[in-house]
Amino acid sequence: MEVIMAFVIGFLFMAAVYLMLSKSLLRIIIGTGLLSHGAHLLILTMGGLGGSAPPVLADGVTDMADAIPQALILTAIVISFGVTAFFLVLAYRAYQELGTDDMNLMRGTDEDDE
Amino acid sequence: MKMMSNFLLLPIIIPFFFGMLLMFAPKNIRYQRIGAMTGLTIALVTAIALLFKVKNEGIQVVTFGDWPAPFGITLVSDTVSALLVLTSVILAFFTVWYSISAIGKERESFFYYPGILFMLTGVNGAFTTGDIFNLFVFFEVLLMSSYLLIVLGGEKAQLRESIKYILVNVISSAIFVITVAFLYSVVGTLNMADIAVKIAAIGQPGIITVIAVLFLIVFGLKAAIFPLYFWLPSSYAAPPIPVLALFGALLTKVGVYAITRTYTLFFVHDTGFTHELLMILSVLTILAGCIGALAYFDVKKIIIYNIIIAVGVILFGVSQMNDNALMGSMFYLIHDMLIKAALFFLVGIIIAVTGTSDLRKMGGLMKTHPALGWFYLIAAFGLAGIPPLSGFVGKLLIVRGGFEAGNLGASIWILLSSLVVLLSVIRIFIYAFWGKEQGSLQQIDKGQYRMMFIPTAILVMLTVFYGVGSEWITPFMQDAANILNNPSVYTDAVLKE
Repeated sequence: MEVIMAFVIGFLFMAAVYLMLSKSLLRIIIGTGLLSHGAHLLILTMGGLGGSAPPVLADGVTDMADAIPQALILTAIVISFGVTAFFLVLAYRAYQELGTDDMNLMRGTDEDDE
Repeated sequence: MKMMSNFLLLPIIIPFFFGMLLMFAPKNIRYQRIGAMTGLTIALVTAIALLFKVKNEGIQVVTFGDWPAPFGITLVSDTVSALLVLTSVILAFFTVWYSISAIGKERESFFYYPGILFMLTGVNGAFTTGDIFNLFVFFEVLLMSSYLLIVLGGEKAQLRESIKYILVNVISSAIFVITVAFLYSVVGTLNMADIAVKIAAIGQPGIITVIAVLFLIVFGLKAAIFPLYFWLPSSYAAPPIPVLALFGALLTKVGVYAITRTYTLFFVHDTGFTHELLMILSVLTILAGCIGALAYFDVKKIIIYNIIIAVGVILFGVSQMNDNALMGSMFYLIHDMLIKAALFFLVGIIIAVTGTSDLRKMGGLMKTHPALGWFYLIAAFGLAGIPPLSGFVGKLLIVRGGFEAGNLGASIWILLSSLVVLLSVIRIFIYAFWGKEQGSLQQIDKGQYRMMFIPTAILVMLTVFYGVGSEWITPFMQDAANILNNPSVYTDAVLKE
């Protein structure tokens, strides 16, 4: 199971890097989304898969799932959700103001504005 | 079990609480200003009280929900974090005071002050937390607020640069999460004191060293160390001066603090690799900063590159891992936070008076604004570390520590970099204050000038006091260096119950 997870995570990171290296702003944002998905799956895998019972103390239960990675993922998902929403709004506003979503045209210094 | 005191939470909660209160009436500018100043004054009092409490009663620990230490989320206030929290609150206080006349009504009525207060919440939390994942959460709190502050106003340059700023930080946050996951899989805990104990028990195998380097990448992206500083100059140049002062003084220093904490608490068993790497990178950081500081005619850029030089100097002290160098790093860290904010304020006034940030279009300000000139000169000398001003003690101790550790070349390089720093800031003085008046003086009205000048002058006087009164501050710094150099002090305080 860990091997499959490793491949899934690797694929997500690969796709994320590919998207983030492109010029279009929207693709870059989707790339950051995939990057955080990969990171979240990595937490789950790194915490150790398995454990058949929920992490609640009960008689005779010894093989419990680790609750900490799940708590971490939940926190990280919420944060990346907020950041992505903000990023999308910012991208739309930047598209309206600058008239482009091409990162190649967004380089430059203050001298260019004058 | 000893009584726990929740007092150390106050400098985190008070800015948060006032930030919420301010959000109810964003258009009422009077309410915004008074609310922000009141909140920061109360936070300032609690931060001072906290510092003395830590000094008198030892390290303060709070675990949420009263779960015993390695299981619950822990907040720890030792001398290092209490000093940094106090400095952050002071800087936020002066920034808000300066902003009242410098930021403009449009920004003030669009959640500018709540943004500063929420960012202060994140910064203080990051300095105080004793849980590595909680550190990530507080990083995100301060980053979200910084996204707001960097883009607020919606100028073209701001929109363009904030996209890059956010992208860099999203990537670094993802690496942070990945690194925490790796660390958790090796040591099985998130409590920083417990991590330190577990790593000491397994004797730092190779995988931990890999994690150490990953942490260096994550925090190095925020602290702007050598290969990872590329995003900083153009991003920081986009927002208006008060925001720039706050970012330059606080945000990079949070990264520096995180490197300092992890490299003095966790990764102390293979210093031949990790700290050597940190030293090489810090020397290269100074080099890169020096080149940038001399290359530009834009006053903002010159001071921004000086941030990068200072980060290198502080981290060089951390990489030496002896009492003198660590004490010097603490001295220099707090000196740099104060003096950078003061310099940005001064540069902000120069830009407001001349109407340009290009040195070649300035001149002759000494005749029209002599007080500004003298205060700028004091701040410039303080930055370069001319005794008895504030930069001197820290740099002296760092270099002495470097000599003790046997790194002669790098220590002399630190001393030489002071000359470059001096040259870069004196260039501003020569161009802006000497020479002929360039005719393009914008007459900003006297009241506004005074409102900008008073907080700046007080902050400069504070840095002078920090240098002259360093004997009075030394006990705090010795205590901080002791905690950094002996991880057991920290771990015992958190885990002893």
